[in-house]
Amino acid sequence: MYLDDTPLYDAYTPHIAPPRRVGQSVGFWQKGAGVLTNASGKQGGAVAMGQIDFAALMLRVRDAQDRDAFAEIFQHFAPRVKGFLMKSGSDAALAEELAQDVMATVWHKSAQFDPARASLATWIFTIARNRRVDHFRRSRRPEPEDLDWGPDYDPDAAEIYQAAEESRRLSAALTTLPEPQRALIERAYFGDLSHSEIAAQTGLPLGTIKSRIRLALERLRQNMNQA
Amino acid sequence: MTIKHHLSDDLLMAYAAGNLSEAFSLAVATHISLCDECRAALAAYEAMGGAILDGESDLAPMSDDALARAMARLDMPIPTKAAPKKPSHPVLPAPLQDYVGTDLAQIKWRSLGMGVRQAVLPTRDKGGSARLLYIPAGQAVPDHGHRGMELTLVLQGAFRDEAQRFARGDIEIATEADEHTPVAIGDEDCICLAVTDAPLRFNAMIPRLLQPLFRI
Repeated sequence: MYLDDTPLYDAYTPHIAPPRRVGQSVGFWQKGAGVLTNASGKQGGAVAMGQIDFAALMLRVRDAQDRDAFAEIFQHFAPRVKGFLMKSGSDAALAEELAQDVMATVWHKSAQFDPARASLATWIFTIARNRRVDHFRRSRRPEPEDLDWGPDYDPDAAEIYQAAEESRRLSAALTTLPEPQRALIERAYFGDLSHSEIAAQTGLPLGTIKSRIRLALERLRQNMNQA
Repeated sequence: MTIKHHLSDDLLMAYAAGNLSEAFSLAVATHISLCDECRAALAAYEAMGGAILDGESDLAPMSDDALARAMARLDMPIPTKAAPKKPSHPVLPAPLQDYVGTDLAQIKWRSLGMGVRQAVLPTRDKGGSARLLYIPAGQAVPDHGHRGMELTLVLQGAFRDEAQRFARGDIEIATEADEHTPVAIGDEDCICLAVTDAPLRFNAMIPRLLQPLFRI
């Protein structure tokens, strides 16, 4: 159970996270993000979202079926999910329908939202991703076995705060990546493209794509340490 | 259980992004079921997806009545298919149980000769094929190379390939260049999940002409 096992934080380090520091007992990937600040300067729609505590809103949906909270979440995330699906090759009408499905799932499966394991943005991303695989690939996406968290599983506020902070740093680090690197990572996530398909589209050799993605991740790690 | 051989960043990222075929997703999901380290890494790659989604600058505005339509849907009953939690199985992690059930004796093996057996698992898309391999203790899987990538995940027993040992939970990632000859070691027969994105080329046992017949 990795909630309590700090060594896994170290295990995670090679991927994205900053080195573990004293007092930082858990990694951001285990934790929900309440405050999804989009640090500085990404133009476009990211402006007004700064300080909204989406995890708190989602907990109102989960625990009290709060429709106002859901409406606020919808207004923020539906256009993002729609944009994500359009970048994956869907036309606007279909993307709108699928985004509606995704947001309906957010409501109906709200019991599964766990702010200690994933930020709201991350949770919605996984729902949108699964909907996309379902619709476009028409195949299954096998999921890992659930971990049994035990009857006493109850993350405290400090853990959730810590998680929010780390999620904020990840977002901030992403926005400070040079545009070509950020675009490459975005494509790997949004484009429904394998690395070799990206290679075909950009005209860059496959090895170059892979090493550039690796470089981008490396840079991201460094940025997270400074964020 | 200490897992020594893990998923690559490429595979984790592609799985997090939803860009792996069903067969490869099955191997990744099965490994993660056994490996907390890769589970944590997956969560991080999913967090990156969340951060990208949230930081998206090209918003696609929803139509004017979108919110009203969404609110109207909230009260619609939805078929709740609460998937029963699968009991944990000593050999077959949950994702595999969806393909082969929980009874090893029920698996329909086909002989590859020398006691080596395989069972092809049905996957819906064409991006790779998945199968279980059964290798009697001490036996070698016939020498083979691949045109693409092959993932071999140990479920029971262990095998040795070149200088390395692979036990339950370990995953071997072999590429096109590798000609490898896994040998089951230890006292227990070895069961693996093997996934390839192109048919295997067995060098010795089965002439290549016959490969389509054996679906390997």
